[in-house]
Amino acid sequence: MGEILTNAPAEPAGAVTYATADGLLTSVWLLVAIPLVSAAVLLLLGRRADRWGHWLGVSAIGVSFVLGLASFFQLRGLENKSVELSLWDFITVGDLRVDFGLLFDPLSALFVLLITGVGFLIHLYAVEYMSHDGGRRRFFGYFNLFVAAMLLLVLGNNYVMLYVGWEGVGLASYLLISFWQDRPSAATAGKKAFLMNRVGDAGLAIAIFIMFATLGTTQYDEVFSNVGALTGGTVLVLGLLLLLGAAGKSGQFPLQAWLPDAMEGPTPVSALIHAATMVTAGVYLIARSNPVFSANTTLQLVVVSVGALTLLMGCIIGAAKDDIKRVLAWSTVSQIGYMFLGVGLGGGAYALAIIHLLAHGFFKANMFLGAGSVMHGMKDQVDIRRFGGLAKHMRITWITFMMGWLAIIGIPPLSGYFSKEPIIAAAFGREDWTAWLFGGAALLGAGLTAFYMTRLFVLTFHGPKRWTEEIEHPHESPKLMTVPLILLAIGSIGAGFLLSTSVPDWLTATAGLGGEHAEHHPVLSHAVITALSLLVTVLGAGLAWFLFRRGTATAPQPAGVLVTAARRNLYTDAFNETVFEKPGIFLTRALVFLDNRGVDGLVNGLAAAVGGGSGRLRRLQTGFVRSYATSILTGALLVVAAFLAVQAGWLA
Amino acid sequence: MSELKLPSIDYAALAPILIMLGAALLGVLVEAFVPRHRRHLVQLSLALLAVLAALTMVVLNSDDRLITAGSAIAVDGPALFLQGGILVLAAMALLLIGERVVERGGAFVAHAAVTAESPEDRRQAEGADGATEVYPLVTFAIGGMLIFVAANDLLTMFIALEVFSLPLYLLCALARRRRLLSQEAALKYFMLGAYASAFFLFGVALIYGFTSGIPGRSAGVDFATINAAVNESPASRVLLFAGMALLAIGLLFKAAAAPFHVWTPDVYQGAPTPVTGFMAACTKVAAFGALLRVFQVAFASASWDFAPVLGVVAVLTMLVGAVLAVTQTDIKRLLAYSSIANAGYLLVGVLAPSKDGLSGTMFYLVAYGFSVLAAFAVVTLVRDGDGEATHLSRWAGLGRRSPFFASVFTFILLAFAGIPLTSGFTSKFAIFGPALAEGRAWLVIAGVLTSMVLAFPYLRVVVMMWLSEPGESTPTVAVPGGLTAAALMIGVVATLVLGVAPAPLLDLATGAAEFVR
Repeated sequence: MGEILTNAPAEPAGAVTYATADGLLTSVWLLVAIPLVSAAVLLLLGRRADRWGHWLGVSAIGVSFVLGLASFFQLRGLENKSVELSLWDFITVGDLRVDFGLLFDPLSALFVLLITGVGFLIHLYAVEYMSHDGGRRRFFGYFNLFVAAMLLLVLGNNYVMLYVGWEGVGLASYLLISFWQDRPSAATAGKKAFLMNRVGDAGLAIAIFIMFATLGTTQYDEVFSNVGALTGGTVLVLGLLLLLGAAGKSGQFPLQAWLPDAMEGPTPVSALIHAATMVTAGVYLIARSNPVFSANTTLQLVVVSVGALTLLMGCIIGAAKDDIKRVLAWSTVSQIGYMFLGVGLGGGAYALAIIHLLAHGFFKANMFLGAGSVMHGMKDQVDIRRFGGLAKHMRITWITFMMGWLAIIGIPPLSGYFSKEPIIAAAFGREDWTAWLFGGAALLGAGLTAFYMTRLFVLTFHGPKRWTEEIEHPHESPKLMTVPLILLAIGSIGAGFLLSTSVPDWLTATAGLGGEHAEHHPVLSHAVITALSLLVTVLGAGLAWFLFRRGTATAPQPAGVLVTAARRNLYTDAFNETVFEKPGIFLTRALVFLDNRGVDGLVNGLAAAVGGGSGRLRRLQTGFVRSYATSILTGALLVVAAFLAVQAGWLA
Repeated sequence: MSELKLPSIDYAALAPILIMLGAALLGVLVEAFVPRHRRHLVQLSLALLAVLAALTMVVLNSDDRLITAGSAIAVDGPALFLQGGILVLAAMALLLIGERVVERGGAFVAHAAVTAESPEDRRQAEGADGATEVYPLVTFAIGGMLIFVAANDLLTMFIALEVFSLPLYLLCALARRRRLLSQEAALKYFMLGAYASAFFLFGVALIYGFTSGIPGRSAGVDFATINAAVNESPASRVLLFAGMALLAIGLLFKAAAAPFHVWTPDVYQGAPTPVTGFMAACTKVAAFGALLRVFQVAFASASWDFAPVLGVVAVLTMLVGAVLAVTQTDIKRLLAYSSIANAGYLLVGVLAPSKDGLSGTMFYLVAYGFSVLAAFAVVTLVRDGDGEATHLSRWAGLGRRSPFFASVFTFILLAFAGIPLTSGFTSKFAIFGPALAEGRAWLVIAGVLTSMVLAFPYLRVVVMMWLSEPGESTPTVAVPGGLTAAALMIGVVATLVLGVAPAPLLDLATGAAEFVR
């Protein structure tokens, strides 16, 4: 204990060591505990806390933010910037030991600041946004629970702790999406989010078990130090499973369908969980596991492909949607695609992806809250075809949203320019022909992003009014909502430059991140790429401005093949339905039938069907002992037959 | 006449069993000689005291590793650990069984002989004190389970099986309300149970045949002989495999593994809820204790042969339990299917014949028992004028009516769903980790996938309780009496503690994880 080890060199196969926490850093556990206690108080006290509960929720996050900031500055002064705090032995089965411990290093410190900082502003905003909702206290309870789980996710020092937080955020997200349970669409969206997330979770869980089976540990330092000893095949499977988990949480192909539907939840939820924090957990997972991903180039190629494919899908679908929150949701899917692209490229691009993640947290939260503010003033209208000309009526929302818009499309000097353009350049920096493939995709994505975001902005705030009849005079939102908007807008302007100059150096202290820069000649020079990406951005934005400056029709128009496909989410939902949903329903029905009727019933049913007598069918009731006995007998015959088959050597 | 040689008996090692059976006999006498109005208190105290005394003896014996009573009983680490587990869980179940505040007269019928649904029956349902015969019956059942997990030959095991099964059949029939359902459940359980016992007994006969003819050993059904026979018996191996299959069927029936699970939903639904809890917790421990011993001691050398078959059974069990739980509309049936799925996970543990696998399985059994008893304790509390309201639609909006109990139940459901920081997570971890280390990856993958499916019905209940508005038919939650409250609290606290700091119990299980052979 107390022995400070020097930081490991940032190479995948090298040994990774963490220092033990002391001083202020021994209290990082409070970061998780404070929101957790607050959530417990809010949920357990019931109605008694209705009057002041939301302020407790806000202040819990505020305190966590201050503590996170203090710990951050503490960390800056340290030699080994990765400190571990082991609380107790969590699970011990034989040789398997899982530590209940936290790891505070540059990567998690940045995430802590993002989660608590942006989270605090969104909490503040929600006080006003939810003020007319009877369940506001409960809402803040779930919201605090989410923050606690998310902090645990990024602070854990092993994969099991990460999984603990991972499940926690999934649960909180499910509760928050279904918060307006009386809306059937919200209930369905909650289920969809839950099921698709479970697919990803299963991948992560199996990956963790594989680590146990092959490495005998899930501690980050031990896994990263020993990953080089694994065979290529094992690393590939491990990485693909981790990627599956990441894709599920982050709404990446092929598990992207739940994220846009999740917009059925209250808008602050969309801003915090489904834009700024939880959906970036997948990026965190891959960035954290970078020694695993860096150990296998095939794996990196898969991650890059998933990122590139998803970013294009998100753009194309986003351009065809008319619901303001869904456009933003698909844009989130697409932007996270950029981050996956970044982490997949590996090396220095890890840091670029993290910068984009942080910058995105600001400007996307800003735009979601802006959308909430618009909805607040427009009686919960979400259809951008029924907005228009709002710039005059909601000055603050307009200005702040404009900052978010300019930031996401990457106009200098706003944050998106500093965070997205380097990723495009890095994609062009690959060594073989894939430079053109992925670089081209990223560049095309930039143009499309400019197009659909401009469309959204122009249709909402400019052009003629297309409001529904009952709206006479849209009003600006109250101070409690606009102040967070202003602060987030400032973040959207300044964050990119600040982050891009400081974060890469800061992150190099994280195991394996920001490491070696392979020197080779990129296919295009950096200046050309910058010029190109600005050009496509201006083209895309200009086209959208030209098309939509006079508004748009208020009803769906007939459209070509591509637009129709994009409106239907590129038929991915239809695909999911045929491939997963229908067989699932069939399996359930078949099992129910067998279980209720027993094999006896099946035989009777066949007999009745053959004989055509409906009278016999009526006798098919459930729960007869003889049906059960027949089932057991059939099962018994099968088991005995199987054993004898083994004995005869047919199966073994 | 040659002198009869009596086997030496270590009475101290057998004390837990003897105490339980003695207390049961005493309970029968109490029924005969103690005045009716005092019987409840006397019987409950007697049963609880006996459990405590037996538990004390288990703790005192905790270092024993011996085979006694001829070679009929093995008192070793797993036996003692599982006996301790059964006794602790049985004490909780007894608290639920003894509850008389939630419903006047308790959960049991006063006179089982009164025709169901008759006017007289309705009168006695209103408030007559429930039958106190349940206590000796439960005590007998516990005694039988204690023998079952320690039995070292197949005949002792068979007798123990009957000793704990017969009282359970009776107990299932004694519900105060919905008596026809309860009697139907008992009859089904009895008939199918007898059917399964026949399989078991036939298996014993075949195995006996298989053990004859080993050089230097006489035939027998004790596990050491069987183990030797597996390696060197000249008899046809058809006998071995057919016998092993039939034995497995008898045990898998009790463990509620597919396709021998068909009785479970009906019986769980019809039986009085405290008895359902008792079966879900203690019977499961006993059945898996026996499965572990039979397959890891007697047939250990044949593990290459039985593992594929039992593996398929395990996957099928998980699948049936998880998928069918999704379609259930009754909370007790939902918990029954969940219990079936859990039997599947436990089978994964049985198929991981290492020290870690054994300790993980034992940990799982005890952790699951705590959670499931707490779950059924909550079920006894949610009621309306007609007794328990078990239809799921009635639970909508319960979170608004009674946030505390809804929170407790939510926590238990999250534990079943395997959400971290609950025992459900640590125990799945403890079982899947060793199974993977033993190279049973396909079982672990099936387990993870089905537990993902299984989480869905649980969370559906959570959402119904919290996010729906209470309807007119939403029942109230009764204020629990001290006994139910105690059982509920023990269950919830154990679920939490075993989820956050499972190390002490896991260490205990690991220390006990070695059979004497």
